[in-house]
Amino acid sequence: MDVPQIKKAAKVYDVVIVGSGAGGGMAAYQLSKAGATVCLLEAGGYFDPADPKYINQLKWSYESPRRGAGTTRAFGDFDAAWGGWEIDGEPYSAVKGTEFHWFRSRMLGGRTNHWGRISLRMGPDDFKRRSLTGIGEDWPIGYEDLSPYYDKVDDLIGVFGSKEGLRDAPDGRFLPPPKPRLHELMIKKAGKSIGVPVIPSRLSILTKPIHDRGGCFYCAQCGRACQAYADFSSSSVLCIPAVKTGRVTLINGAMAREVITDPKTGLASGVSYVDVPTMTEQSVMGKVVVLAASTCETARLLLNSKSARFQNGLANSSGVVGKYLNDSTGASRGAFIPALMDRKRYNEDGVGGAHVYSPWWLDNKKLDFPRGYHIEYGGGMGMPMYGFGFGMEGRNSIVPGRDGKPREAGGYGESLKDDFRRFYGANIGMAGRGEPVPLESNYCEIDPNTVDKYGIPTLRFNYKWGEAEIKQAKHMQDTFEEIIHAMGGIALGKKPGPETNYGLEAPGKIIHEIGTARMGNDPKNSVLNKYSQAHDVKNLFVVDAAAFPSQGDKNVTWTILANSWRTSDYIIDQVKQKNI
Amino acid sequence: MKRRDSLKAITLSSLGFAGLNPQISAAESLSPPDVKPLKVPGGRQKFEAERDAKLNADKFFTPHELKTVTVLGDIIIPADAKSGSASQAGVPAFIEFMMKDQPQWQTPMRGGIRWLDNVCVKRFGKKFADCLKAQQIEIVDEIAYPAKAKPDMSQGVTFFNTMRGFVATGFFTSQMGIKDLGYVGNTPNQWEGVPADVLKQYNLSYDE
Repeated sequence: MDVPQIKKAAKVYDVVIVGSGAGGGMAAYQLSKAGATVCLLEAGGYFDPADPKYINQLKWSYESPRRGAGTTRAFGDFDAAWGGWEIDGEPYSAVKGTEFHWFRSRMLGGRTNHWGRISLRMGPDDFKRRSLTGIGEDWPIGYEDLSPYYDKVDDLIGVFGSKEGLRDAPDGRFLPPPKPRLHELMIKKAGKSIGVPVIPSRLSILTKPIHDRGGCFYCAQCGRACQAYADFSSSSVLCIPAVKTGRVTLINGAMAREVITDPKTGLASGVSYVDVPTMTEQSVMGKVVVLAASTCETARLLLNSKSARFQNGLANSSGVVGKYLNDSTGASRGAFIPALMDRKRYNEDGVGGAHVYSPWWLDNKKLDFPRGYHIEYGGGMGMPMYGFGFGMEGRNSIVPGRDGKPREAGGYGESLKDDFRRFYGANIGMAGRGEPVPLESNYCEIDPNTVDKYGIPTLRFNYKWGEAEIKQAKHMQDTFEEIIHAMGGIALGKKPGPETNYGLEAPGKIIHEIGTARMGNDPKNSVLNKYSQAHDVKNLFVVDAAAFPSQGDKNVTWTILANSWRTSDYIIDQVKQKNI
Repeated sequence: MKRRDSLKAITLSSLGFAGLNPQISAAESLSPPDVKPLKVPGGRQKFEAERDAKLNADKFFTPHELKTVTVLGDIIIPADAKSGSASQAGVPAFIEFMMKDQPQWQTPMRGGIRWLDNVCVKRFGKKFADCLKAQQIEIVDEIAYPAKAKPDMSQGVTFFNTMRGFVATGFFTSQMGIKDLGYVGNTPNQWEGVPADVLKQYNLSYDE
C-alpha cells in the first residue's frame, strides 16, 4: 500500500464546517446564504429523505424480514439513522468502573434524521445554574441573547406547541398542536388530579406547510425521515437548501482527522480528513473553521489536533476540552390501562411522537435533588412491530376474560389469540428526561492505546452518575407510579429500586450529550467565549452542543440551532469588521 | 453509491473541486473483479442488503425442527373465525430468519425443541411433532401456564414463553395479523382527534 500523503487543495474556502447535523447544517445554511463559500465535511454518506433509495416511511412491518427489529439499527429496521452506539472499525473505550455509550450517525444530517423532534427552549434560569443554586455553571449568555434566535429558528424550521406562559418552558412562535390521543387525554386528566401539568408537546413537525415543505400527513414515522420534509432534519431543511445556493461544496465520506493550524500565526487554516471511499488522506483549507462534529467528536478532533504550538490539543490551554461531558438522565416505566382494553379501532397514528408532555413543575429547593426533569409519554394503537406480543404471560391474568372469569396467565390457542386483540392499544409508557449536574470528573480523553480503522486515535470515556441524578431518577419512578395509579392503571414489571439506580439509564443512552468544549467568560476554565469562538484561536468556532455549559431538561437540538445561527451572525459580522 | 451521491451534490455547487481530485478519480477508475452486483432495496444500506441476502441463503432449522416450530406455532395461534393460523401467516419462515438474524436465540430454540422431544419420547415414545394431537396438548398444557406449571417443567415454560412471543410477533406483524388486529394506520391522513363516540364512551372531552 502507498504511504498516505496529504495533498493540499489549492482552493481556500471562506469557511470549512465539520459535521452536517443541526449545528453544522445551520451554519452552512446561514453562512452560504450570506454569501460565503463553504466546504461542508460529513463523515457519512449522502442522504435525502425524499429520494426513494433512502425511504422507509410508510413501509409495513412485514416488508422487513425482521419485522422492524433493531438488529442493524438500534431504533429498529426502518429508523433513518445509520450508525449507532457501535460502529464497525470505530471503537471507543471507558475507564474501568465507568461507562459511556456513544451514539454516532454517519450520514448527511447526522442524528437529526431520526430524533424525537422535541424542540424545547431553555428557560431563563437554565442559563444561571451556578448563581441560582451554587452548583454547576452559568452560561456567559442568557435567555435574552438566545431568545431572538429561538424565534428565528421557529419561523425558519417550524415547531408546534401552545402558549402556556410558563417561566421555565418559554413559549415560541408555534404552529397549531395536534389534539391529544385517547390515552393522552387520560394522562392529562390524571395529571390534573395529582398536580402534574400535561400540555401539548413542542415538536418540529409541520402541522401546516411552510417554506415549500409539505405538511404532516400523520403517519407517526418521523423517526424514519419524512419524504415530504414535514419535520426537521438537517439534511432536508438545512443542508440540501444550503447546497442549492451554489456556494456549498458538500463532501461526503470525509472523516475529519485534525484541524490544521498555521504554525506562525496559530490560526486554523483548514481540516485534514480521510476520504472514506478511497481511504486517501485529504485536506481542505479555509479562512474560518467551524466544528459541529457532535459533542464528543468535536472534543476528539480538538484533542487530536496537536502541534508544537498546541501540545495539549487545539483550543485547550485551559485543559477543559473533553471535560464536563454530560448526558440527560433518563428513566422509564410502562403500564397497562384496563380501561383501554377492547378499544374501538381507528387511525390514531398522529405525528411522530407524543402529542402531550409534562414540563418540570416542582421547586428543587424543596426536594433532595437540585435539577428538574420533564416527562415524555407513549402509547396508542400503533403499527405492530417486532416485539409485539412478547410477555403476554405477564399480563393476561391481570383482568378477567371476556366471560368474566379469572384467566390463567400464559396459555395458547383461540383464547390467547383473542387476548392479543383485547390488549392491543392498552399499554402506555412514560420516560423522564432530566438535567444532570455537569462535573469536571466526567470527561472524554484520547485513549493512549487505540486508533480507529482510519488510524485516528479514539476516545476513552470516564463517566459516573452522581447522587443528584440517582435521586432525580427515584423521584421520576415515584411520579410515574402516581400518574399510573391516578389513571387506574397497573404498572408493569417491578418498580426499579436502588439496585438499578432507580432505572437510571447508562450515560450516553439518552443521546443528549453536551459540554466538552464549554463556553465561558474565563479562558482558564472554558474553551470558547460567549460567541462560541475559541479563546485560543480566533478563527475557530464550535456550533454543536460541545459549547454548552449545561442543558436544562430541554433536549438541546433547538438550542444548538439557535446558538449556531447566533454564532454564524457573529462570524459574518467579524469578517465584515475584518477581525477574522 | 454514496460516493456518486456526494459527487452529484458537489456538481450542484459552483465549485466542483473535490470531484476532480486525482486520487479519487484514480481509485474510481479501477474496475472491481467479477462481483455480481447486489440490488440494494430502497431504505437499506449496502451492508444490510448484503447481510440479508446471506441470511436468506443460510439455513438454521433442520426439517424436523421446522416441523416442530410449525406444529407448535399453530397450537399457539390457530385459525379461527377471524383469521388464519400462524403457519398460514408465514410465521415459521419468520422465526427461521430471526434465528440467523439474532443468533442469541439459536441455543434456547434448538435446545428447547430437544427438551420437548425428550419429554415426549420418555412419555409417549415419540418426538413432539410425531405425537398425537391429544398428546401434544397434554404436554403443552404443562408448559403454557407459568403460574401452575410443575417445577420440573420450568425449562419447558421458559421455552414456551419464548415460542409464544415469537409466534405472536410473527403473526401480528404479518399482513394477515395486522388486518386481524385492526390496525388501520400507516397511510396519509388528517388527525382530527379522538372520534366523538369514543370521547363519549370514556367521558372525556377536548374542552377542559
